[in-house]
Amino acid sequence: MGSGRAFRGILGIALVSAILCFLLLPALVVTIAAFNARAILSFPPDSLSWRWFAKALAYEDFRAGFRNGLIVSACASTLALLVGAAFAFVLDRYSFRLKRTLEAVLVAPLIIPHFTIGLGFLIVAAGLGATRGFAIVVACHLILILPFVLRSVYISLRNLDRRLELAAASLGASPLRVLMNVTIPLLAPGLVSGWLFAAILSFNEFTASLFVTSQRTQTLPVAMYNYVREYADPSMAALSVMYIVATATLLIIANSFFGLGKVLHVEDVR
Amino acid sequence: MKARPFFWAFVTPAALCGFGLAVALAALFQFSLRAYVPGSLEPGGFTLENFAALMKPLYARVFAETVWISGVTAICTLLVGYPVAFALVRTKRRVLKSAILIIVVTPLFLGEVVRTYSWIVVLGNNGFINAVLMKVGLIAQPIQMMFTRFGVIAALVHVTLPIMVIMLAAALAHIDRDFERAAESLGAGPVRTFLTITLPLSAPGIVAGLTTAFAWTFSAFATPQLIGGGQVNMLSNLVYQLGFASFNFPFAASLSVAGLALTFGVLAILRVLSRPLEAIGPH
Repeated sequence: MGSGRAFRGILGIALVSAILCFLLLPALVVTIAAFNARAILSFPPDSLSWRWFAKALAYEDFRAGFRNGLIVSACASTLALLVGAAFAFVLDRYSFRLKRTLEAVLVAPLIIPHFTIGLGFLIVAAGLGATRGFAIVVACHLILILPFVLRSVYISLRNLDRRLELAAASLGASPLRVLMNVTIPLLAPGLVSGWLFAAILSFNEFTASLFVTSQRTQTLPVAMYNYVREYADPSMAALSVMYIVATATLLIIANSFFGLGKVLHVEDVR
Repeated sequence: MKARPFFWAFVTPAALCGFGLAVALAALFQFSLRAYVPGSLEPGGFTLENFAALMKPLYARVFAETVWISGVTAICTLLVGYPVAFALVRTKRRVLKSAILIIVVTPLFLGEVVRTYSWIVVLGNNGFINAVLMKVGLIAQPIQMMFTRFGVIAALVHVTLPIMVIMLAAALAHIDRDFERAAESLGAGPVRTFLTITLPLSAPGIVAGLTTAFAWTFSAFATPQLIGGGQVNMLSNLVYQLGFASFNFPFAASLSVAGLALTFGVLAILRVLSRPLEAIGPH
């Protein structure tokens, strides 16, 4: 019995380690490839160099894509936060006609294929003569990331202690004052994590962006996709490494501040 | 009627967003019913021809391949994701928990292009796996993994694994451990306890994970495009090719509409099939 349990434990650890290696493998391999001095892939690399990092940082399409991506994700995530938080409040507090319908429409982008949404927005933009601007990209991203903000803020609202609001109201605070001085400060962690999550998702959105961006408004993932299709040198590997390092660092910081497990609701609660 | 402060101010922006999405989908639907005028971006008159053309074996094959790849990917992701989610929730050591969480979540925020590119470096003919196998002497010629279904599915499982683990872990974290303790105290072994208590109680997470993995794979574009390289064609690739290579937007739109109907159809079936499972579950 005892040895059977220990054997199962070791088997479990081996299995989970193997799966985690599968998750890490591409990141490790791409890191090795990024430092390879030659333009052609080879393992192990003949010699090491930083040159592809310099090339990736200097490449104009990547720089423009990065700037465009910041513009789009800043606008889209902020709008999504305002719209999503307001609607989460209404969902939590009020009942009204078409409530479920509106909710279903707004979370539908979670399961509607992104190419469908992208093509739909492209057709609308063509009809309005707006295919070249940022407006259509921001609108499309807003729709795609709204469900995530909505969910994050809604869960925070559910966990909010309503008695604090009632106390403020009974002491004579107007509804606006209660909202500004009690509700929003209490929601702050949910609002910040929802906003951050939305901004990262928007920055990385690719499929719909491929449809709605133009040469002038292409975001970083679209620029990277175009690069991979045309060139095979490791600049893209170098950019991927920078991406992976930046993202992992952000997440480790977020984990120590917020506790990612709580944000994602995967903590063992019992 | 109770006072409802901020009701209109708070509901209007959301209603506008819902309206925007409805307009985009309506435009798509309208386009799918228009005739294609070669050499022109303007569509012609109304017709059902696009939908009739969907019945051609060429397109039927792409639909079947898309559903097959999405289904296999969703199931593989579930099988690979469950042990990780289990370890993530049940491990006692905080450092280990944080490490698993970071390893699982980071790929979620890398986007499809970076991850697909990484897999090209892993799977390519002079990529990592072939280089290692050839150095060790197991193979003399590189194994062809790029442009195959195997390659596409391996990369897609990697793309959908984080969200699957998060959904499974959320369900596992909410299981009342007392049920398991009760089963064990009544003499059930760990395997039996897992199969009769833990697994059914995590059913809501399994359903949510399968649904999301299926929908994400169905919507994937960069992975089948770059790793499939024209040998493995999914619906998204066909839509893009029709739109941006042939400028046949009406037909691209009708494919998208059919894809949308197919997604909803498969998810509805999944929902019906999972109802008996959810009846056991706690939610």
